[in-house]
Amino acid sequence: MSNYAGNPQAVAALVRPNQVHRDVYVSEEIYRLEMKHLFANTWVFVGHDSQTPNKGDYITTQVADQPVIMVRHSDGEVKVLYNRCPHKGTKIAIDRSGNTGKFFRCPYHAWSFKTDGCLLAIPLKKGYAQTDFGDTAASRGMKSVGAVHNHRGFVFARLAPEGISFDEYFGDAMSSIDNMVDRAPEGRLEVAGPPLRYMHQCNWKMLVENQTDACHPMVAHESSAGTAVRLFEESDWKEGDPKPMAMEIIAPFMSPYEFFEGMGQRTWPNGHGHSGVATSIHKEYAEEDEYGEAMNAAYGEERAAEILGENRHNTVYFPNIMMKGPIQQLRNFIPLGPNKTLVESWIYRLVGAPDYLLKRTAMYNRIINAPTSIVGHDDLEMYERAQEGLMTDGNEWVDLHRNAEEGEDFGHEWTGNGTSERQMRNQFDAWKRFMLATMDTPAQEAAE
Amino acid sequence: MTITRDDVIDFIYAEARMIDEGRFSEWLDLWLEDGIYWMPLDYKQTDPDLITSLLHEDHFMRKLRVERLNGERTFSQKPKSRCSHVIQRPFVDTFDTDAGSFETNTSMHYVETRLDEQFLLALTAQHQLKLVDGKLRIAGKRVDILNCDAAFGNIQLLP
Repeated sequence: MSNYAGNPQAVAALVRPNQVHRDVYVSEEIYRLEMKHLFANTWVFVGHDSQTPNKGDYITTQVADQPVIMVRHSDGEVKVLYNRCPHKGTKIAIDRSGNTGKFFRCPYHAWSFKTDGCLLAIPLKKGYAQTDFGDTAASRGMKSVGAVHNHRGFVFARLAPEGISFDEYFGDAMSSIDNMVDRAPEGRLEVAGPPLRYMHQCNWKMLVENQTDACHPMVAHESSAGTAVRLFEESDWKEGDPKPMAMEIIAPFMSPYEFFEGMGQRTWPNGHGHSGVATSIHKEYAEEDEYGEAMNAAYGEERAAEILGENRHNTVYFPNIMMKGPIQQLRNFIPLGPNKTLVESWIYRLVGAPDYLLKRTAMYNRIINAPTSIVGHDDLEMYERAQEGLMTDGNEWVDLHRNAEEGEDFGHEWTGNGTSERQMRNQFDAWKRFMLATMDTPAQEAAE
Repeated sequence: MTITRDDVIDFIYAEARMIDEGRFSEWLDLWLEDGIYWMPLDYKQTDPDLITSLLHEDHFMRKLRVERLNGERTFSQKPKSRCSHVIQRPFVDTFDTDAGSFETNTSMHYVETRLDEQFLLALTAQHQLKLVDGKLRIAGKRVDILNCDAAFGNIQLLP
């Protein structure tokens, strides 16, 4: 039975000012509508252009549930194409990365395509001469996604051909990516190795919400971070000695509520926001002189201090990525079903910076976000318990009241208490608008 | 004490049994203080520092991992996981009694379970062992997962 398709009122009713209905997490139908509407109407992260540095370099990935190829075209631009042959649907590439030279060639019947998707050649072309093939989508080759934008190396796609522009969608939220890239003395990043790939049996939105949830670390991570702090206190480390990198990373998770309240939070329109305005758990990392000197040389002391003074703990780019500017990590929460999410955690090198920074970044990634990470275990246990708990009929609503204000307006930038659930409410405000943006169109619903 | 190849091989079997029986504190004592337990993320990974690994743990991190397993508020271990190693006879690749230094290469099937979930990993473990005060100790251990590039759920114990 269909409750939601063709029924925008029912979808809208799932989001109340400070509560959301559990169907946003558990309903198969809502998941399919998210793929069709939310993920088509928003700008979704595809990859980093350093993954395809040379012409013909490509990666295969997915935007929502759509398999795509990101490829460096002969003009130097990055293109994003649906990964299917227009002939019979065969995926054109399945290896995670490679170089295709000047063109793609389908391994099934040898149709070939330029790296912008245009049809190059079909064997036995004369067999099509007397047909209406020229009027079909197939004759135009591999289809491109609706729109692509490369912001300082970070490639985003909007699947829908029409819709909100990149600049309007992200607005000032791009300042977090800018700050991360500015932290490189050469002003650019390079991807460092393959991502961690961690499968979660829970809804993708639980992960996105958790990125600015400043009330869970000292509770859910007591087992890992709390134990680390206790073991460290029992060790023979002396005040004034350099702290091991691992402790710098893990200990701040046990900071008290007051710390996270004071850390602050900022929200931007369209579901974007970040924790860590005034300070963050990354603030006290020890830095080596070599890095500061390289930054001063590149930017001048004043600008370098300004760049490194930004906190930007976790920035959520709605709908489904989070990046950590101070440690150059990006996590992609790829929805595979209402209760299945693949989390890819990528790290980047600050080009021109000393290696210790990337070493710390790689350490952070494995200590906090690996399938083998004790901190990751703490989090996943909570998500999966929530996914199962939401099946109970005793209460169908998830609560998002903390620090809610009367008549909240998410249409402008806001900063405030770091433990507020405002960013989660901001995400659901955007969720509702981008779900409904095309659901209101009767013609489109009829076509489904 | 004279070390034989059988002693080296028996050590590898005994370590696997120790983990499977949940004797993690004893397992910690097998290690030399500066040994590293490494589980690469990438196939044939050579760099442990500048790209991500699944594990790259020193004494402190190993101890933290083991202490956490027994913690009162370790919710992902309520209930506890269990594991089983089925190991092939280790190859002894280095057998240097003069230096007290030994290296083995061991294929393993590792099963971990909790509640209704169970998964299987095929592994190759490379051990560096040192003879210290008449006892074999672990100076380094590298575990390569055959499908290291696949997406995993929680891996909570010690493959």
